[in-house]
Amino acid sequence: MLCLKNLILSRDGKKILTGVNLEVGDGEIHSIIGSNGAGKSTLAYTLMGLQGYEPEEGKIFFNGEDLTSLSITERAKRGITLAWQEPARFEGLTVRDYLAIGVQDPDKNLEKEIWGALEQVDLKPEKYIDREVGEALSGGERKRIELASILTMKPKLAILDEPDSGIDVVSLKEIVTLIQALKENGASVLVITHRKEIAEASDRASLMCEGAVLRSGNPKEISQFFINRCIPCDNRLYSLEDRS
Amino acid sequence: MTVKTLKVLSEDLKNIDSAYAAAGGNTAALHDHEVSSLVISGSKVLSANQTEGVVLEKEEQENGVNIKLTIKKGYKIPNPVHLCFGVVPEDGLQQINMDFVAEEASSVELIAHCTFPNAVKVIHKMEAKMHIGKNASLIYNETHFHGSYGGVQVSPKSFIKVEEGGRYLSNFTLVEGRVGCLDFDYDVAAEKDALCEMITKVYGKAEDRIKIKERISLNGENSRSVIKSRIALTEKASSEFIGITEGHAPQARGHVDCMEVIQDEAKAEAVPIVRVDNPLAKVTHEAAIGCVDKKEVETLMARGLEEDEAVDVIVKGMLA
Ligand SMILES: Nc1ncnc2c1ncn2[C@@H]1O[C@H](COP(=O)(O)OP(=O)(O)OP(=O)(O)O)[C@@H](O)[C@H]1O
Ligand SMILES: [Mg+2]
Repeated sequence: MLCLKNLILSRDGKKILTGVNLEVGDGEIHSIIGSNGAGKSTLAYTLMGLQGYEPEEGKIFFNGEDLTSLSITERAKRGITLAWQEPARFEGLTVRDYLAIGVQDPDKNLEKEIWGALEQVDLKPEKYIDREVGEALSGGERKRIELASILTMKPKLAILDEPDSGIDVVSLKEIVTLIQALKENGASVLVITHRKEIAEASDRASLMCEGAVLRSGNPKEISQFFINRCIPCDNRLYSLEDRS
Repeated sequence: MTVKTLKVLSEDLKNIDSAYAAAGGNTAALHDHEVSSLVISGSKVLSANQTEGVVLEKEEQENGVNIKLTIKKGYKIPNPVHLCFGVVPEDGLQQINMDFVAEEASSVELIAHCTFPNAVKVIHKMEAKMHIGKNASLIYNETHFHGSYGGVQVSPKSFIKVEEGGRYLSNFTLVEGRVGCLDFDYDVAAEKDALCEMITKVYGKAEDRIKIKERISLNGENSRSVIKSRIALTEKASSEFIGITEGHAPQARGHVDCMEVIQDEAKAEAVPIVRVDNPLAKVTHEAAIGCVDKKEVETLMARGLEEDEAVDVIVKGMLA
């Protein structure tokens, strides 16, 4: 369903994506792993079509259609959506209003959809639905709301940039359950993660290194490869910290 | 009263009712005997009702009305007092002079709607003196609706004195329709332990001109204040915001928070002024002017909204 062909992208004169090739199948949970600065978030933004992330070369195909020159909205209307690593704060917008935006089917019972999504991310709806998205929510709560807003959208491709960051260890399992719920609703999920638990719960994984996909395959093997081969690699920024 | 003038009056009432509704007012409240209310159209008082603890005096003038509204000592008024100031025709001058007193330990909420739905050339001037007595509390919500022609010139000026332990919370909203020309000037003096919060929310469009000046003097020990203003501007609208907080007493605490978003060719200027002459007082400020946050816009687009719809949701949220 998603097929990336040799994506190349620079920002401020610096080449960040150096030729990404990747395939994600229908209903597949695909995790992207790789060290800090490998270009994972950049790839997510490029897929969503954010301003300033227009590839110089390469193409993005989604169900056979070339998306490369489509706007964010046009991509969203085709069922693609993104949860940011650091979600935006919206002053004055309530959780209800925010989650309602994602509901694509106006005939749906909005309130029920929103309650359902909040319950799925383990936030008590009665406690959260009238709160402001921009105010006094903890980082973890805000991330959960972001995931709830993805759920209400019922996407075909959900791009999740580190849904696990800022979430306590106990809740990691819930994130896995959520990703599976998205899949059960018919979505493919591209999940960027630093957590083994999430990578290993996916159907396939890809390892990114210096702006390209180094290798794709079985998640256990890919994450083992990452640990064995990349960590000792002296070019890796993180390697110094991780080895100590 | 002749049948004819009665008929004219009921026609006026009908017009002002729909104008009031256009401004977001709850017309049922204007006809409820349990609710104190005052309805003014142009320079005519169309209806007035006072409930226990509320004394409402009014005097029609050539171009407006003088009002004295008193909340008697110790009375906590259960229902908000509704005020409606309107000019229904395309042009007119309305000068409202208001003398408001909340006597000691009283409490009340005022809901004022100023509505000029058809204005092409309307001038509305308000001069208010508000006195909030010891331990008294006033919540003052003022919502304006100026129609879609931009032909309104509004200048509300207020001097507010908040005595020891008093509370003054005001909320001025002008976000639907055009603004026209707004010259807002409020000046608050706060005594010991007084609490003041002033919120203004304005959405300027087309050629609207907005001037907002708010000043709070924290004169008494432990007096506290917040000035919060949210201004959104599109097209060729412009705004000038001056938020002044003065800390003159120990433990006085004040904060000025101004956030403005601009689009198109709009222009905004924000000047927070902080004056402190007591070493134990503390006043802070923050002001930000910028376009709508890009990440917020892109997040909503990634949920399926078009760019302009996304901007609209964000601006409305900020002004909610
Ligand atoms: N505007 C820019 N100009 C120059 N370099 C940039 C710009 N934006 C990002 N980069 C660089 O691109 C690289 C990839 O960044 P990206 O955020 O995609 O990494 P990541 O894989 O998501 O890392 P992390 O695991 O830390 O989230 C980084 O080295 C970053 O510094
Ligand atoms: Mg990242």
